[in-house]
Order: sequence, then structure tokens, then C-alpha cells
Amino acid sequence: MSHCHGCSLEIEVPEGARRLVLAGNPNAGKSVFFNSLTGMYVDVSNYPGTTLEISSGQYQGDVVIDTPGVYGISSFNDEERVARDVILTADIVINVVNAVYLERDLFLTQQVIDTGVPVIVALNMVDEAESQGLKIDHALLSKLLGVPVIPTVAIAKKGMDELKKSIDQARVGQSDPDLQGMLNELSDRVGSRGEALLILEGDTAVAQRHGLEPLNHREEIYIKRRKRVNEIVEHVVREVNNKSAWVNTLNRMMIRPLTGIPILILALYLMYKLIGVFVAGTVVGFTEETIMIGHVEPFIRLVIGRFVQESSALGTILIGEFGLFTMTLTYVFGLLLPLVAGFYLFLSIFEDSGYLPRIATLVDRVLTGIGLNGRAVIPMILGFGCVTMATITTRLLGSERERRIAIFLLGLAIPCSAQLGVIAGMLATVGPQFAALYIMIILGVLVAVGTLMNILLSGKSSDLLIDLPPLRRPRLNNVLTKTWIKSSQFVKEALPLFALGALIISVFQVTGVLTFLQNMLAPLTVNWLGLPRDASTAFIMGIVRRDFGAAGLAGLPLTPIQTIVSLITITLFVPCIASIMVMFKERTKREAAVMWLSTWVIAFLIGGITAQSARLIGTETPLQIAGIIAVFWGLILVTVFTVKVLKNKVWGERPETSAKGIA
Amino acid sequence: MTLDGVKKGQSFTIAHIPNDHVRAQAIRFGIAEGEWLTCEEVVPAGPVVVRKNRQLIAMGRQLAREIGVRLV
Repeated sequence: MSHCHGCSLEIEVPEGARRLVLAGNPNAGKSVFFNSLTGMYVDVSNYPGTTLEISSGQYQGDVVIDTPGVYGISSFNDEERVARDVILTADIVINVVNAVYLERDLFLTQQVIDTGVPVIVALNMVDEAESQGLKIDHALLSKLLGVPVIPTVAIAKKGMDELKKSIDQARVGQSDPDLQGMLNELSDRVGSRGEALLILEGDTAVAQRHGLEPLNHREEIYIKRRKRVNEIVEHVVREVNNKSAWVNTLNRMMIRPLTGIPILILALYLMYKLIGVFVAGTVVGFTEETIMIGHVEPFIRLVIGRFVQESSALGTILIGEFGLFTMTLTYVFGLLLPLVAGFYLFLSIFEDSGYLPRIATLVDRVLTGIGLNGRAVIPMILGFGCVTMATITTRLLGSERERRIAIFLLGLAIPCSAQLGVIAGMLATVGPQFAALYIMIILGVLVAVGTLMNILLSGKSSDLLIDLPPLRRPRLNNVLTKTWIKSSQFVKEALPLFALGALIISVFQVTGVLTFLQNMLAPLTVNWLGLPRDASTAFIMGIVRRDFGAAGLAGLPLTPIQTIVSLITITLFVPCIASIMVMFKERTKREAAVMWLSTWVIAFLIGGITAQSARLIGTETPLQIAGIIAVFWGLILVTVFTVKVLKNKVWGERPETSAKGIA
Repeated sequence: MTLDGVKKGQSFTIAHIPNDHVRAQAIRFGIAEGEWLTCEEVVPAGPVVVRKNRQLIAMGRQLAREIGVRLV
């Protein structure tokens, strides 16, 4: 057995087995190749020092390793670092190229060829290229690259057998002659052509491994490579007919605010109808109530109850109200899984059709105000499904600064679908003017906190720089595969955290800490928020599951303004226990603790301000409610303005540390 | 002039991209200094979308302000 050398990934490679590495741009269709090669037995291991996971499996005695989708290998982000290290230790690279975006994808191909590793190219989605009016001479492409090129349509299993048969024919391809010269010289010194290439391209990490200073030839090499790729594309691609005009029109309509916003609203409305109404109502009603609570929980209680008394401490932890085998399972499989799958289904459709980067372009301006860029729209939309899932997704953001802002805003001001259901029900009983009050205050907090974080956090968020792939009809097969992969990843990742959360809460319950917290909160609830004493119980329940908290409020006799104050407080109050766990996993302990405590402070502060201004202004007429909103937004403006002025005064002279990344 | 001043439909070449990482990423996407591009769309106060053959790239407004271009 041997391990991966030069990188810290622990994948066992049997003696004599080769390492077949799959590489490609994002959305080139690599996962379909991976599944086709490895079948069912897949190992997933965490790549040390990153949050990335690498899948590996077996194919005819060889080891197949997947890599994250990247546009090139360098040290720009974790994905690239991982892809780089795995590719550098490959025996053969199977490079999956999307035939439609040849100009973009071949840059990586040429870079991998330049590392000197034997390559075989799978020219994927040739059917789609054809439908877009592109004719690709794959034999000429193979000649120009110097490696075999196999046309495939992976999801229809076309060309897969030929690819598998041709793996052994993978060859070292052709590089630019000048580059070749430079590489020969350096690879004698470092012992590997791939590492020599990266040192030439200024990769600090690889240079350090050899005790060298990185060389500064990236620009020169990149430009030559780009020219070479452009020439190859010019020779092998023939455009037989221009794509129909309506796709271009639709593209424009999607990114122009005047038409793009209505299209986005329509898309979100459809999403709401399917997920918010159908999945949250009908499907969850069946999976949570009928299956989990109706059948699974009683069965588990019966089985475990034979060995452990349900009323004992252990019984409470295992099968009690927040039990490991009762609440955790019901929550994850009965409630969250259907919702999460629904959200991922939409996200996959948006992604596969090419709509998602267009939404990012459309909303970029709005999000830059709160220190994020257009890409953050993905975790923000997902947050309405499940904040835990969305927090995990913030990994795609370009810098630590953005992740910090996004994770905090998700935990603070985005109500998840489970909670939204209860909130919507309660808002319906108080009338539209009160519902507007709730929405405007939560929105105000989101904007204010985001803006303040953007002003106060050091550094600079990354700018939007994304490619907009051609629009196309989403493919059912692709969409379902992606939904399945993402949903099962979510369960794998979240289930242990939910279980740990349930365990902590049960222990609190058994030891009396829960009651202690409830009593501690009571004066604040009654005097500052103007709510009945029992409302504090609802808040504490909100620590466990956000919807528990909201549901606890639904049972109390509240006036309309009390309803709104309590809903505002519970929305802003700490995220559910699983989200907190993810926060602690994704951020440092100190940062997560600060975030968690801040949500307590902000929730009670904002709830109190609303309650107190309502007491002063009154809530009898819609005009008075508008007055409360105006006072609140006025306070936000004053706060933001003051903080900005103060920051300029205190830090004015200090130069801005620019930590610009790429998103 | 800089990219944020380009109007929809205008053709231009990239004169200068100051940030190393952005420049490298732009080359990967096919936008090197000296390349001929057209402006596909300008989202009001938002990103600029440029076209290079079939490739469309959206760049945030702040980034566009830092990219020097020459109209052709």
C-alpha cells in the first residue's frame, strides 16, 4: 500500500495500481464519469486543511480519484490547491471537457498537459454542441493536443465504453516549445515536470516544498497558453449556424433589472408554490406526521423502551422529547430532507439551465452593499430552505470576509422553511399592516447588520467575476443526479450535528439547565418586550429547532403587536442547534461564540425597540404602524451613518488592507 | 478609460488589469490584455457583461472600474 506523495490526501493505492484522476471545469460532467467508472463503492475523504471532500473508487484494479471543478490549477483557492495536488500525483488524468465551452475548458486541458502527466480527453456533451450549431473536429483536436480525444455524451452513456477502452492510450501531450525548454531546465532540479511548471507559474506553495522562491512567469505562460488554445479552437470548431435569436433575447432579459426582476420573482414564486406549499404542506405532512411520528417513532420507542425506561435520564436522551432516535430522525428525515431536496432540485435546475450565474449578475449590485457579491445569492436563497444547509454552502464564497458576513446574516435574519411555515400562519391572523411591520423590521436588520459588518470588518470582499454559460434546457437526468448527490451529502453532514445538538439539549433538560434559562429570560420578556412570561419558554425552545420556538408562540394568547414583537425576536434569535453546530464547525470557536451571543443581543434589542416604540406611538391605525417602521429605519440610517463617520475618524489614515480574491 | 464607462454594443480592447489574480482568472476565461471584446450588457449600477466569441463574462462594477480599456 502507498499513500499520495507530495500531498496530504490519505487514499490507499494498492501495489501496482495506477492513480486515474478525473479533472475538469465546474459543470463539465465529471461526476457522471466518476460514477460510471467506479460504480457503487466510493470512499469520501476530507482533504486536510480544507472543507473539501474528495471521492475515490476502484476501476479494474486502478484507483479513480475525483477532483473539484476548476478553471486552472494554481493556489487561488482551496479547490485549486486540492485539484493541483491530486493532479500532480496522477498516473493518468482523464480530463472531462465540455464541448460547448471549448475555449474556456481547454485552458485547463493545456495546463494539465503542460505538467507532463499522460492525459486522455473526454470531449463531453457533443450532442449539445451540435444542437448549438458547433461542429468539432475531434481527430484534429487530438492531433493538436497530442493526446487521445474521445467524444462522449456521458449522461446518455454514449462514448463511455470507448473512453474506458482508451484509458491505456493516454499520452503526454504537446506543449509550447519555449515553455518546454524552460520546463526541462527546472524539472532536472526539482525532479518533477509538473512541480516545475507550477514553480514557473509562481505557485508559492509548490516552490516552498522545494525550498525555492516562486518564479514570476505566470503572466507570460498564461498568455501563451491562451493564444495556443484560441488557435486550436479556431482550427477545430466550425460554427454551422448561429444560435436562434430568442436565446440571446432571453439572456438579455434575465440580466436587465426591468425584465430580470420580474423573471426572478416568477421563478421564486414557482419555487414557493412547489416547496413552500406542496413540499412543506403535503409532502412533509406525510413524511413527518404519518411516517415518522405515526409509525417510526412509536416503533423506536417500543424497541428501545424494552431496555430503557423512557422517563429515566437515559431514556429522555435516547427517546424523549428531543431524543436522539426520535426528534433527530424525525427532524432530519421527516421534515428537512424533503425541503432540502426541493431546494436543491430548484438550485440544480437554475444551475443546469445557466440561469444561476445570471441571477448572480442581476443581484450583484444589491449584495455588494452588504459586503457580499452576486454569488452569495445561492446561500441566501437556500437559507429560506434550511439555514444549516445554507451555512455549509457559503464555502463557495470568494473570501473569509464574505463567509463571515453571510454566515452571520443567515443565522440572524433568514428564517428557514420550517419556521417560515409557522410565521406565515401567525402573520395571517394579525392583518397586513402588522405583517408589513414584521417584514420591514427583519429586512431592516438584514440590511443594517450587513452594511455595518461591511464597514467594520477589515479587508475587502471579492468582486464578481463569473462566466455566463449559454442558456439551455435543463436536463432531467443531470438535475436529478445533482439533487440526489447534494441532498445525501447534506444528510451525511448534518445528521451527526443534529444528533449532537439534540444530545446537548436533552442533557440541559435532564439537568435543569433549560428551566434555569427560561427563568433567567422571564424578566426581559415581560418588562422589555412586553410579552407574557410564558413566551420565554418559546424562545428557549427556539434554540432546539427554530420552528419549535415559533410554534410555542402560536399557542399563547397574544395581541397583534405582541405577536409581531415575539415573531421578530424569535426570528432574530439564535439559529437552531444544528446551524450553531455548523457555525462552530465552519468558523473558529471564538468567532462562532461571538456570532451566537450577538444573535441573543440583537434579537432582544430589536424586539425591545419595536415593543417600546409601539408603546409610544401606538398601533391602532396603519399610519401609526408606518410611524414605527419610519422610526426604526431612521434609527438604522443614523446608526450606519454614525459608525461610518466614526470609522473614518478612527481608522481614516490607516490604509485599507486589500485581500481581494476571486469569486 | 475604464470598463465601467463602456456602453452596450461597443467594442474595445483590454489595456490593463491591475490585480494579479483577476488578470490570471481573466486569461483563463479568455480575456487577456489586448483581446478584442464587445460589451454585451451593462446592468445599471451593477456588473458589466462582456463577450469574447461565444463566451460571456460578468464583472462586478468595482472590478470594472479598475480595468483599463481602449475603444476600437
